Amino acid sequence: MLDMLWLVPLLPLAGSAILMVTRGELSARTVAVIGAGSVGLSAVAALLVASGFLASDGDTVRSGIATWIASDRLVLRFGLHLDALSLVMILVITLVGFLIHLYSTAYMAGDEGFSRFFAYMNLFTAAMLVLVLADNLLLLYLGWEGVGLCSYLLIGFWYKDPANGYAARKAFVVTRAGDTAMLIGLLLLATSLGTLEIAELLERAESSWAVGSGIATAAAALLLAGAVGKSAQLPLQTWLPDAMAGPTPVSALIHAATMVTAGVYLIARTHTLFSLAPDVQLAVAVIGALTLLGAAFAALAQRDIKRILAYSTMSQIGYMFLALGVGAWSAAIFHFMTHAFFKALLFLAAGALILALHHEQDIFRMGGLRRRLPAVFWTFLIGAAALASVPLVTSGFYSKEQILAGAWAFDRGGALLGLAGLVAAFVTSVYIFRAVFIVFFGPQAGHGDAADVALVDGRGESTRGGRIALLLPLVALAMLSIVGGFVDAPASAFSDFMSTALPRAETAENETAAVMLEITAAIVSLAGIVVAYRLFFPHGGRVKAPAVRERAPWPAALDRLWASGWGFDRAYDALFVKPFVAIAAALRGDPVDDAYSGVAAGLRAAWRGAAESQTGELRWYAAGMLAGLVIVLAVALLL
Amino acid sequence: MILAWLIVVPLVAGALAWLGERQSVRLCRWIALLALGADLALLAAIWLNAPAIDPTVRSGWLVEAARPWIPRFGIDFHVAMDGLGLLMVALTLFLGIVAVACSWTEIRERVGFFHANLLWSIAGIVGVFVALDLFLFFFLWEVMLVPMYFLIAIWGHENRIYSAIKFFIFTQASSLLMLASIVGLAWINASATGEWTFNYFALLGTDLEPNIAMWLMLGFFIAFAVKLPAVPFHTWLPDAHTDAPTAGSIILAGVLLKTGAYGLIRFVVPLFPDAAMRIAPVAMALAVAGILYGAVLAFAQVDFKRLVAYTSVSHLGFVLLGIFAWNELALQGAIMGMIAHGLSTGGLFAVAGALQERLHTRDMRRMGGLWLRLPRMGAVALFFAIASLGLPGLANFVAEFLVLLGSFAVAPAAAVLAAVGLIFAAVYSLVLIQRSFHGPAKKEIRATDFDRREMAWSAAMIVALVWLGLRPQPVFDAARPTLEELGVPAVLSDEGAEP
Repeated sequence: MLDMLWLVPLLPLAGSAILMVTRGELSARTVAVIGAGSVGLSAVAALLVASGFLASDGDTVRSGIATWIASDRLVLRFGLHLDALSLVMILVITLVGFLIHLYSTAYMAGDEGFSRFFAYMNLFTAAMLVLVLADNLLLLYLGWEGVGLCSYLLIGFWYKDPANGYAARKAFVVTRAGDTAMLIGLLLLATSLGTLEIAELLERAESSWAVGSGIATAAAALLLAGAVGKSAQLPLQTWLPDAMAGPTPVSALIHAATMVTAGVYLIARTHTLFSLAPDVQLAVAVIGALTLLGAAFAALAQRDIKRILAYSTMSQIGYMFLALGVGAWSAAIFHFMTHAFFKALLFLAAGALILALHHEQDIFRMGGLRRRLPAVFWTFLIGAAALASVPLVTSGFYSKEQILAGAWAFDRGGALLGLAGLVAAFVTSVYIFRAVFIVFFGPQAGHGDAADVALVDGRGESTRGGRIALLLPLVALAMLSIVGGFVDAPASAFSDFMSTALPRAETAENETAAVMLEITAAIVSLAGIVVAYRLFFPHGGRVKAPAVRERAPWPAALDRLWASGWGFDRAYDALFVKPFVAIAAALRGDPVDDAYSGVAAGLRAAWRGAAESQTGELRWYAAGMLAGLVIVLAVALLL
Repeated sequence: MILAWLIVVPLVAGALAWLGERQSVRLCRWIALLALGADLALLAAIWLNAPAIDPTVRSGWLVEAARPWIPRFGIDFHVAMDGLGLLMVALTLFLGIVAVACSWTEIRERVGFFHANLLWSIAGIVGVFVALDLFLFFFLWEVMLVPMYFLIAIWGHENRIYSAIKFFIFTQASSLLMLASIVGLAWINASATGEWTFNYFALLGTDLEPNIAMWLMLGFFIAFAVKLPAVPFHTWLPDAHTDAPTAGSIILAGVLLKTGAYGLIRFVVPLFPDAAMRIAPVAMALAVAGILYGAVLAFAQVDFKRLVAYTSVSHLGFVLLGIFAWNELALQGAIMGMIAHGLSTGGLFAVAGALQERLHTRDMRRMGGLWLRLPRMGAVALFFAIASLGLPGLANFVAEFLVLLGSFAVAPAAAVLAAVGLIFAAVYSLVLIQRSFHGPAKKEIRATDFDRREMAWSAAMIVALVWLGLRPQPVFDAARPTLEELGVPAVLSDEGAEP
């Protein structure tokens, strides 16, 4: 079974290659079969690999097929590495990926770029799988840049609108800033340790670098910069809300479930380096805490349903960073998994809404959709409950609770970090149920005549096949969002499994404290829902947008600040974009060339002067000779 | 004398193409194509049978041949090929074929003479890559320039005369310095040994005063830096590229620039090792300046070809950085960089030419939304743009990574600054695609998409970029003996660093 490992990334790659070479000449049906089928087969292969891995004694599997680059003493292979961490990643990527591909066959139906869409989606899946399976950091970087490219291509998928192109470029360039720091980190690691093979590298680092040494700190900090960019954490988070310009399945797969968690994976994979650099690890926790708080508040003020979910994603990845930073490694991966389920669910449900409402995304133009779209309502509600970590019945509760417990137990400011997590948990409940109440309750709104609101595919048609393709993933993900938490609760099967790849978290010794925390988290989560109900439930009338509401729950200035994502875009525009554009504009004519043009102009002037002196008049020549004679004599006398 | 044939075939074919114009225009094109194909076959024969052709060849080399030319001054027709030369000649011939294919419908005036100039220029370039007599090298260095001058001046665009003359003056002025250095070096060697020679191997060990070595080295260095081009000698390049016909741009960017890099590796460092290492910090600073300056200027352009021309300045900065880092990683990266840049930038120039042929403009303000009508062309352009921004899995990434790694080992600050260029590369590459192919479609644009011929050369270049990006090892293997002969050091340690 384990020798099928290579099939896992290669199947989607092959699907992508076929779709690219045929360039839209295949029928939509064939494209759908290849596009979704290749990922489906890859999921089957991943399951077989998983059964093989679980049946074996859990040793790391390594498989190299060819040399990629060998120069000097550096040898880099195309090699895969399978352990508990990678296994969880590939299962989530292929299973959630398959569901989203299936959904896309209906969502994207009728789009002129149908084939191109699946070519990019398959390529993304392949690159993401390479990222999490790579056994050396350069191959990981190949996947890392590959997913970034696909993210760019898919955000800008509807290329006719320049705004989409801008959002796509912004995403690529901002993440590339982080990627470049990461690449410099790779240079540092390769030159100081002589290898980029992850297992070997971590071993050498551990044996030759002291805890807290400068080089370990630098290396970990550079990798962190890469992780921060990819995972949309402070201060490189600004690209993610704009990335919502892409088709909604793209947002679900790339900008919620998988790619944006690559940073979490990277830190978990190289956790040894972070343990050697405690200050950087603390920075991971602090960045996570700040992001999860800031993004949660930003989500409160959004009107666009996809932007609410985008800020929510940022915030939830903040929780994962917090977990990594406090050493709750397994909790980070656990939350990655549950988040992949419920956030993909929320995005896909939102996508169904958006299609049903003819591409309306403003929640204040929606309302009362509970009765018109019951299936979407119930699945969205389940996703929202999991996100708000409603106690006991949702997966989000168990994974978030582990993170909070890990934070409390952390000895460097754990109380503060844990408090940030709790506050944000409350805000999370508020913002997501704000959306639920406004969108689904109250009188019918927006496309008010929406008696015809129904589950439709991308063509606006409601066919049986289309409905199944849309509903099946929603139902499957809804079930996973509920039961996904039980893999680690009450019995700790998941964390036991993860402990074969990652160190175990230090748990609080105090049983009562743990129970108290669990109860507090539950209360906070439910309190948030109650507050959202009080503030946003449309009692009688429709809830109005904050700008037109007389009694806003918070000041209008704050609302604007949150709506703009704390004003980062404007700051970066002034700090980086404008100066760069200004410098480029100033240099456009290439000032270096002016020097050469100056020489040419000088020569031409000299030539013209010499030519002017050729007047043909004898008196001029005589005067010139005389003047020359005087000068020569004067010079001779003076010297 | 198989190496001589490599030069003679395109020379003769050029003359035939010129004569053939009277018969038929298609004949000229086919003659050019066949000649370059035959040359490529010759090259393959050398690569496959190297030891059999010349069993007595010195170590590190594949074939060598010498005949007296001007015995009075010890000047020989001395040619030899090693792995480095082989790679460069292969790139030259491959891009030569692409250049002919790109000109198939573009060039309609004086077709025979056009192909004659193209082939003669290629013959000169091939000669430069195999000449091991310094006088012969200089002679061929000039041979490759004159036809290129004609290509720009006769078949170029709006400002062609200005650009052609600028190109000619920059290269001529700098090669004069090189000639002085060549003669100076030979004279010093002759006064020491009592015998005139321009033989590369004989001159390698010449004893030189440090000061004199510095001046002689600078003569070579400036000639090669102008050709590369390194900032601040680069300003001829954007003009020449913008106004050159497509084939001219491809040969210019793809291989002519590489003669500068080749010269640095083959002559500057080996002939004057100490002097070269003394200016290494300066050269690396110029390289980093070129990477960043070229990238910023590329972003600022509105002319498609001019933008691509400035990206060349940026990419060749990586090559220069790699050469002066002078270790195995960096040099392998620099050599791969030459090949990768030839393919990706050559590809972008070919797309620019195809666009100009259809739209009669290079101004990106008049493009936009072309993907809608030209999806095949858009996909090809997107691929080359992505290659050029250094996406892993494609050849350019392998090159840039190794250059950065090698230079990080000896000059971390330079490597870090150079890496910033990768961010800028993303900016200009994506902006290029946005301005031309994405966005709303302009109504007045009517054009046909890439046809079979155009897809053929695109596919050849795409396959080459992917292949080299995933299997770069054959290139490393070919170049390794050369680097070993040059005594290039390794820098990575096997063990972990000291705690």
